[in-house]
Amino acid sequence: MKAKWWIAGLIPLILLVGVLAWVLKNGAGVEQDPAAPIEVLNIERIQVTVSGFEVDVSNTGPETLKISQVMVDDSVWDFTVSPSQTLKRFDEGTVMINYPWVEGDPHAIKLITENGIITEGEIPAATLTPKPTLENFLKYGFIGFYVGIVPITLGLLWYPFMKRFKRKWINAILALTVGLLLFLFVGTLADGFEIGAEAPSVFQGNMVVIIGAALTFLLLIGFDQYQHKKQESKGYSPYALALLMATGIGLHNFGEGLAIGSSFALGEAALGTFLIIGFTLHNITEGIGIAAPLLKTKPRFRDFVLLGLIAGAPAILGTWFGGFVFSPIWGALFLGIGAGAILQVIFVITKLLIEDHKKFREPSVSWLNLAAFSVGMLIMYFTAFFVKY
Amino acid sequence: MDKELEEKEQVSRRDILKMGSVGAIGLAGSYFLNKVAPFTGTVNASSHNNHKKKNSHANHANMSDKSKTNGYKMAERLLTEFDYGKVSTLPNGQTLRTYEVVAVDKEIEIAKGIKFPGWTYNGTIPGPTFRCTEGDMLRFNFVNKGSHPHSIHFHGIHPPEMDGLDPIYPGQSFTYEFEAKPYGLQIYHCHVLPLARHIHKGLYGNFIIDPKKPRKPAIELNMVMNGFDLDLDGENEFYTVNGYAFAFMNHPIKIKKDELVRIYLSNLTEFDLLNSFHLHANYFTYYPTGRDDNPSQFTDTIMQCQGERGIVEVRFPYKGKYMFHAHVSEFAELGWMGFFEVE
Repeated sequence: MKAKWWIAGLIPLILLVGVLAWVLKNGAGVEQDPAAPIEVLNIERIQVTVSGFEVDVSNTGPETLKISQVMVDDSVWDFTVSPSQTLKRFDEGTVMINYPWVEGDPHAIKLITENGIITEGEIPAATLTPKPTLENFLKYGFIGFYVGIVPITLGLLWYPFMKRFKRKWINAILALTVGLLLFLFVGTLADGFEIGAEAPSVFQGNMVVIIGAALTFLLLIGFDQYQHKKQESKGYSPYALALLMATGIGLHNFGEGLAIGSSFALGEAALGTFLIIGFTLHNITEGIGIAAPLLKTKPRFRDFVLLGLIAGAPAILGTWFGGFVFSPIWGALFLGIGAGAILQVIFVITKLLIEDHKKFREPSVSWLNLAAFSVGMLIMYFTAFFVKY
Repeated sequence: MDKELEEKEQVSRRDILKMGSVGAIGLAGSYFLNKVAPFTGTVNASSHNNHKKKNSHANHANMSDKSKTNGYKMAERLLTEFDYGKVSTLPNGQTLRTYEVVAVDKEIEIAKGIKFPGWTYNGTIPGPTFRCTEGDMLRFNFVNKGSHPHSIHFHGIHPPEMDGLDPIYPGQSFTYEFEAKPYGLQIYHCHVLPLARHIHKGLYGNFIIDPKKPRKPAIELNMVMNGFDLDLDGENEFYTVNGYAFAFMNHPIKIKKDELVRIYLSNLTEFDLLNSFHLHANYFTYYPTGRDDNPSQFTDTIMQCQGERGIVEVRFPYKGKYMFHAHVSEFAELGWMGFFEVE
């Protein structure tokens, strides 16, 4: 009986293999030569070096292709490709071009394949791509420090002030946090889509963001419910909630660091006092959010240090990653995970708020909560003015 | 759940100060960062000098490439090969020249390693250079083996029914017959609509009608200026003479000192209004449309609109390499560049 059951499961599989083998051997009967050669050459990354450009490329098209000519700013240039001018499907290579580029000028690179298919890459403003030297590591780390650690630490410092709030006001702070997080959630998703769109289309960057977000959200919820069942406790401990929020915000800040790091590496942005202040103002609220669930508890100092590090330090990692090894598809995945984690925190805090108000027979969307929620969103919206470039 | 946390010690005033100091150091540091960071918006032009020196190897494509690719061989062949047709004499004593012309679709190498799906006369872009003498009777047996209707439209003076406006469909043939006149440099091209597509795909060439009194003996070269649009966006990616980018850059045209050189030069570049010819370190005499009765120019740069042509006559007084190229820099850098090497 059992054998029969197994066979029932195997039959479709065996037939599938048979069909595939037949199609591979005899064709599907619907063959049609494409009107034009289908070649997809992706430019993954353009590095500006002392002697010119290094263009990382990959072939994500269905066929082998050959890079036969390179043009820079409408002029044919010498080039070499390592390991080879011919790239098989999913092969990667680096095109090296000696070129007297001009600091701050835009440059356009055209790669032309044997069949005349043109792939264009742009350097918006040429400047030496930072090499991962110790000095650059420190500089980029420093940027991450300002964008992540500093504002979150400052935000956490409001803890003693908020500690004296009455229950209603604490709930209002939680509502404000939901506002902040909702803004962050949408922002993180949008950043993910933006970065995902830069990835080769075969990797479906947008789906990676969605999958990352959905899986993270569901995994966290599932883990949460599993914990409840095991401990028979109810809801998150405030500290665990703060930790979760710190993790979600940390991933968001990783994305922020990524964007900053890569745009500096590409010469697209300048980091001035203005931007530093902007990020400090923008991210300071994240610290308030993390502190909010702890208001009814008595956390230790090292808890704050840990929370600050978890939420802030990824910004440093992000700037390194963005500046030195930027890869759109990984960026999209991290941002997707961040969005999922933030959504889960929104879910938990909202539940917490609603349950608390239910306990005291109050409406959960009170005027105070609504106002706080709006303030949370608006703070993020307006402080974002400082950091959009 | 709160009990557990309550046991943990409270945040002391001193701890808060500790935390504050991190932020304070941070803010103070931002000023420092601003001073040292290389990420400021201003661009330091002088910083670029150091790498300019190392850039001496940066160069145009295939400069060091001496290989004779199929594309190059085509361009070299078209430079000196003239098709005089099969010669016979008519009962009235007139010379009859019969040419075989076949339109075929063919992939042409237009730059090293780049294939262009061309429409050609006799398998080359540009097509063969037909040559005859004024007063000859000409017969062009045209067979269309291509995938689209084509025709041959000759410039010159001939009966309108021989003008090549009627499309000859794939598999069909037609014989164009007319007397060669007037002497000069003519061109020919397909005249089937859409015109731009049929010409740009490669259906054109030079057509020389020599004067009855032969020109002075000279080294004779045929040059057709053209362009290739790979992505069909109405803009050429490559510019060439005789169909192959940088053809005579790596294989300079060998000339003897003081020898008379005659170049039959025409412009069949689609999409751009003008093309030009510029010779370095020398001057030449330019005869528009190849006619001595047209006012000539003594210059080093001439321009031609699409379909314009003329004869360049020049002698090189010094040994060495003389560059020639389109004086539209963009065209030059996209393939229309070469050398005469004078020995």
